Amino acid sequence: MKVLVTAKRVTDPDMKIKVKADGSGIELSGMSYKINPFDEIAIEEAIRIKEQSGGEVIVASIGGDEAQTEIRTGLAMGADRGILVKTDGDVDSDAVARVLVKLVEKERPDLVIMGKQAVDLDDNQVPQLLAGYLGWGQACFASKLQINGNTATVAREVDGGIETLEIDLPGIISADLRLNEPRYPTLPGIMKAKKKPLDTIHPADLDVDITPKVVVKGFSNPPERKGGRIVADVPELLKALKDEAGAF
Amino acid sequence: MDFNLGEDITAIRNMARKFAQNEIAPRIAEDEKNHAFQEDIIKKMGQLGFFGCPIPETYGGSDLGFLAHAVVTEEISKVSGSARAGFNMQTMGTAREIYQYGTEQQRNKYVSKLVSTEYLGCICITEPNAGSDTGSMKTKAIKEGNKYILNGGKNWITYAQVADVGVVYAYTNPSHKYKGLSAFIVDMHSDGISSGPTAEKMGWCACPTGEVFFDDVEVPAENLLGGVEGQGFTFLMGSLDNTRLSAAAGAVGVAQGLIDQAVAYANERRQFGNPIGKFQMVQEELARMIVETEAARLMTYRCATQKDEGQLHNTLETSMAKYYACDVASRVADGALRILGAYGYSTEYPVERLFREAKLYQILEGSANIMKMVIATDALGYRKANKD
Repeated sequence: MKVLVTAKRVTDPDMKIKVKADGSGIELSGMSYKINPFDEIAIEEAIRIKEQSGGEVIVASIGGDEAQTEIRTGLAMGADRGILVKTDGDVDSDAVARVLVKLVEKERPDLVIMGKQAVDLDDNQVPQLLAGYLGWGQACFASKLQINGNTATVAREVDGGIETLEIDLPGIISADLRLNEPRYPTLPGIMKAKKKPLDTIHPADLDVDITPKVVVKGFSNPPERKGGRIVADVPELLKALKDEAGAF
Repeated sequence: MDFNLGEDITAIRNMARKFAQNEIAPRIAEDEKNHAFQEDIIKKMGQLGFFGCPIPETYGGSDLGFLAHAVVTEEISKVSGSARAGFNMQTMGTAREIYQYGTEQQRNKYVSKLVSTEYLGCICITEPNAGSDTGSMKTKAIKEGNKYILNGGKNWITYAQVADVGVVYAYTNPSHKYKGLSAFIVDMHSDGISSGPTAEKMGWCACPTGEVFFDDVEVPAENLLGGVEGQGFTFLMGSLDNTRLSAAAGAVGVAQGLIDQAVAYANERRQFGNPIGKFQMVQEELARMIVETEAARLMTYRCATQKDEGQLHNTLETSMAKYYACDVASRVADGALRILGAYGYSTEYPVERLFREAKLYQILEGSANIMKMVIATDALGYRKANKD
């Protein structure tokens, strides 16, 4: 089975982020980056499928040259080859989906697995847009995946229980946190990753216009929290809720 | 001179950092408290290739080299000295030594199994009365037909109670001083071997340390390291050049771990209306800790790079790196404790544990005084430190 997976380069979610003084974005100097953790789960799942039934795993990323690092992470884990679609500046979810449509048409995978969302902007749009453009079945937020011939059975954690879906392949699956626990690449795996093929192409080669349809107008910090206070009794609490917090 | 670690080693460092943070850090305090050997962690490290950097692929390694080994060691040591010990038990003092000095048959039989942790290793040098004065070992191996009979006792042996294979130093000809010393690869499950824990330690408690007794232990002659008697002292000095690099890298790691803790605390802890990092005396302390650690790191990396370039017996540079890095670790530990104050003294923060771990680096793999002796006697022209 041929599986296409994605590896977005995101700002390290464990770092404290700061909004730029002019509100135009996030302060990126001194920021460290890593692979989107949900994409890492998607890659792990694809490699497990390959280990069970053979095939090929292709890792794609859209971004600057630096995003090769995230592709190499996927290759070190066990994926076979990488594709970097090189872009400068921001690319919105719709453009990402349209680039992926072209990659899918070119590579003809049996399955696309990607993180349910990227942890930088948390948009959670690309898998759904991609399925829409391709007219393929989608099963998002997968917490369990089973491939049976030309169908995939996917369990999703929904409010109050587990929902089980079955989709025809080729199809789109987005990975949730509990789908698996990604492996660490081995040290020899990291070495071998460097020798695996990694092609760089441009959106223009794919005939995709990536001019953003959605433009971020500004960033601002949430209002600073004020300290709480201890009230003497319930009547005072009710009064404060009513008069100060406007709760009712 | 290239100060860039390069893509491979950077990727490996990031992976080791993530492993240390996710797998070791969450349970190290508890395991240290319970004196629980983290065998599963060591085995996992083996499977991931942590112990194979300075070993060729033919023998189960990755051939990434000594610098990669130092960088990975540093990352693990930031979080745990106990886990760091594996780098000498599985690589430098065993697999690498057997690769460097063993016969082809010995290399094939042991190196890849030590690197993968299928075998746990130990190094048996120290005896109750043979610490810095290694030449005064009493353990003997007397040849009888096609085997040697090993008798004696070793102490302060890391992994004594859990090892499958040991590199054991013993006199094959006790009447010749250094020239009578030989090294053996010993199956630690052989009849006549007994072991038990050494006296309770100040730190590194998730890593067993013990004494080993050899009582008429039969060792096949084919297990004489390198197949030649009387080479023990040469092998020992060569091996210490490697284990001391690993110790220096460990010391840099624990120092960095302490700096990271101190920086985070100085940014959060508020006194007199400000984070304590705003106070110049705290800044002075931190700056000193950071600069000394960086200097120690560069000395360690130079030493590793020399080895990667083929200068394996760089005893002078190894001794300097080991001496300086290990001293720095202790000073940085002291500084971190000053910055954290009472919280540094409490077991609530990892600083007190890392403080205890830092102290060992001045002692293990050749004490600070021995390192200084090597450096000074070389400068004075009494004894050349580097052999090639």
